[in-house]
Amino acid sequence: MESTIIKSRNFNASFGANHVVKNVNIDIPRNHVIAVMGPSGCGKTTYLRCINRMHELIPGATCSGEMNLNDENIYEMHPIFVRLKIGMVFQRPNPFPNLSIYDNVIAGYKLNGIKLPKAERDRIVEHSLTRVALWNEVKDSLTKKGSFLSGGQQQRLCIARAVAMEPEVLLFDEPTSALDPISTSTVEELFHELKANYTLIIVTHNMQQAARVSDKTAFFYLGELVEYDETKIMFTNPKDNRTQNYITGRFS
Amino acid sequence: MDTSVENGMVTRSELPLRVINSNAPEAIAKAKGRVRRSFRQIRTENVFKRTLIIMGILMVILVLGVFLTLVVQSLPSIKALGPKYLWGRVWDPVQDVYGAWPFLLGTLLSSFLALIISIPFSIAVAVFLGEYYPKGWLPNLLKNTVELIAAVPSVIYGFWGLAVLVPIVRNLESHIGVEPVGVGIFSSSLILAVMIIPYAASLGRSMISMVPSPLKEAAYGLGATRWEVIRSVILPYTKSGLFAGVLLSLGRALGETMAVTMVIGNTSIIPKSIFAPGNTMASVIANEFTEADKAVYLSALIELGLVLFLVTVVINMIGKRIIDRFTNE
Amino acid sequence: MEIGSVKYRIGKSYGAQILTIVLAFACVVPLIFILIFIIKAGITKINWHFLVNVPKAVGESGGGIANALVGSIIIIACASVIAVPIGILTGIYLSENRKSRLAYWARLSVDILQGVPSIVIGIIAYFWLVKPLGGFSALSGSVALAIMMLPIIVRSTEETLKLLPDSLKEAAFALGMPFHRVIFKVIVPVGVSGILSGVMLSIARITGETAPLLFTAFGNPYLSTNVTKPMQSLPLLIFNYATSPYNDWHDLAWGASLILLMWVLFLNIFTKILTRKWKVQL
Repeated sequence: MESTIIKSRNFNASFGANHVVKNVNIDIPRNHVIAVMGPSGCGKTTYLRCINRMHELIPGATCSGEMNLNDENIYEMHPIFVRLKIGMVFQRPNPFPNLSIYDNVIAGYKLNGIKLPKAERDRIVEHSLTRVALWNEVKDSLTKKGSFLSGGQQQRLCIARAVAMEPEVLLFDEPTSALDPISTSTVEELFHELKANYTLIIVTHNMQQAARVSDKTAFFYLGELVEYDETKIMFTNPKDNRTQNYITGRFS
Repeated sequence: MDTSVENGMVTRSELPLRVINSNAPEAIAKAKGRVRRSFRQIRTENVFKRTLIIMGILMVILVLGVFLTLVVQSLPSIKALGPKYLWGRVWDPVQDVYGAWPFLLGTLLSSFLALIISIPFSIAVAVFLGEYYPKGWLPNLLKNTVELIAAVPSVIYGFWGLAVLVPIVRNLESHIGVEPVGVGIFSSSLILAVMIIPYAASLGRSMISMVPSPLKEAAYGLGATRWEVIRSVILPYTKSGLFAGVLLSLGRALGETMAVTMVIGNTSIIPKSIFAPGNTMASVIANEFTEADKAVYLSALIELGLVLFLVTVVINMIGKRIIDRFTNE
Repeated sequence: MEIGSVKYRIGKSYGAQILTIVLAFACVVPLIFILIFIIKAGITKINWHFLVNVPKAVGESGGGIANALVGSIIIIACASVIAVPIGILTGIYLSENRKSRLAYWARLSVDILQGVPSIVIGIIAYFWLVKPLGGFSALSGSVALAIMMLPIIVRSTEETLKLLPDSLKEAAFALGMPFHRVIFKVIVPVGVSGILSGVMLSIARITGETAPLLFTAFGNPYLSTNVTKPMQSLPLLIFNYATSPYNDWHDLAWGASLILLMWVLFLNIFTKILTRKWKVQL
């Protein structure tokens, strides 16, 4: 029996009067890769941003229902604790432009005012960059600015930045949509590596990507969670008609 | 942005210590340290959010305070003199006669004359930089130099005006047969005209550079010359923006104090011509504020300040409104 | 269409272009005249003696403007201490709250403040500080100048921060950073060139302001460093000595004008260079 790390019950989210996530119930198992897919505007990104409380940063955004991390309601914790434990990687790579590659990796410590001994910092930087397969590429240019890297490298740097905080869950919001195919495949390979230590939730509009990288897939349509199952079952034998239509490309 | 501070407060007993998936003692110690630190962070965060809100309130209070101070300090004069103060033609503090008309007239004359002189120049700069030559080192130099005009302190304009411009104007006056005093409305208008060029020019430039090129291309496509495009497409399209720039210039001219005080001649009688010495609202305040020995005298000066404040606020607000509407289209 | 009329239109177009160029460059002429004149009139007056001595009484030649230099520095430093933190924080508030009602009124207030004539600010500082404290003081002058600095700093901070992409802030929040750290460790460092240029331009602007000091700092012929007492400043000295009938005093005023002008031009040009150099590449 695998243990559940994220659990939503009757979860709703809206922007003002616009109800974008409707009554979502989901159990996400630890150390798995979960793909969240669906046509654009289906609420998948909003749902993802609710998991680490980024949703509420947008003026007029509200949410209700239960969202648990290890059986603790996220919405009864302070957002800072939530975000320390649930990291996030965004659609476009967003390294801090004023910081070096090194400082970008330990940004979560440095900018939070957490002082670490130099050896510990070096260890975290090397460890995190190794995990995202970037260490060999940048180890000689750690003092250069993060914006000096290519798009794919920047995105891996952002993943390293999130990994350095040792979160329990990593959220990815369409992490490869701004990348070229080669960088995309490098990032996708990472997901398999990272699964051993973290739970990964990946929003994607790319069905092939969902099929390639995930253990389980959730299909959102018009704000509802239509279907949630093992990825293999989803793509071979979906139970819902709408899922069937989506994966066979009958609507987009 | 999330500025609500109520939600998400955690008490210390509920602390989730299992921050890291590891049982290594150092990792747990690190986690505890991080959580403790976060508590301090949350308190600072709340203080910071409140500080920001206080800053917003402070700005509103500051402006209300400026307005109310002017009103309260003007009350003795408003009570004693009533509204006819504004069109009273005589200002004679010794006899306790206070009429603001000479200063209103002096301000309007000098500002509008300055505006008329400066408009062709500022529009030329705007068209030159916005349409003819938007890029290159020479236009860049012109742009920076015009901006420097606004940076020169007004007391230096005044001093230069007094030492160089006033003798020239005096010479000119003796040639055209008016009393050659040199100082006066005309001299201050000339100085003001130079000083206000950058305001209309820089706004006009950005407005003209925002004209959509398909619009211009449509006119070129019909065989229009460059000048015809400027006159019949660009200027009509940007006229509200250019007008706003002129308004901002006017706001500057009305409130300008030092340069005007130094060359206008400081005479509190109604100017007979544009070459006559006079006084503006700002210059009479600058000259007489510290000498005002009677309560009504001082209060009458402050009432001038109140009028100046209201007029410039209205002009600036109209200008800003026009700019906002223009840039949002 | 006749060739002749087309030629006429083309000629007219060129004529308009030449007229525009002539008028545009004519604007610069007065500035160049002023610069040349002041440099010529002032450069001979400036020497070490001029910088370290206070003015002499009427009739004695020589003397310097040390009291005005020291006074200007003290008054501007005090004004900056008041205005810079308040201005930057207000700018942050306005850029973080684009739609709230308080932000709307605060933004309107800053706009109003920007247009208030400097002489009116002088009146205000007189009633808020000079009268309650029972006399002219450098501090009241600093407050008046601080009020003039505020809108410049607030607007430049707000405009700079508004232009930064939201993704930057999201990245910081997603790392569990509290709001104040997101602002001070990420947003402000990335926008530092814009914020700093606003601060420096505001300092350049108030260095030359005379009107707000007329009934606050008031001026002082002697060297004074007591902020609760009247104090001389460069623009006040220029105004008082320029409008005096004595040639010796005019000479002092020319020297002081040149120093003031150089300082203001230096700040403006330095700001331009610095903004370009410190700009963080996004």
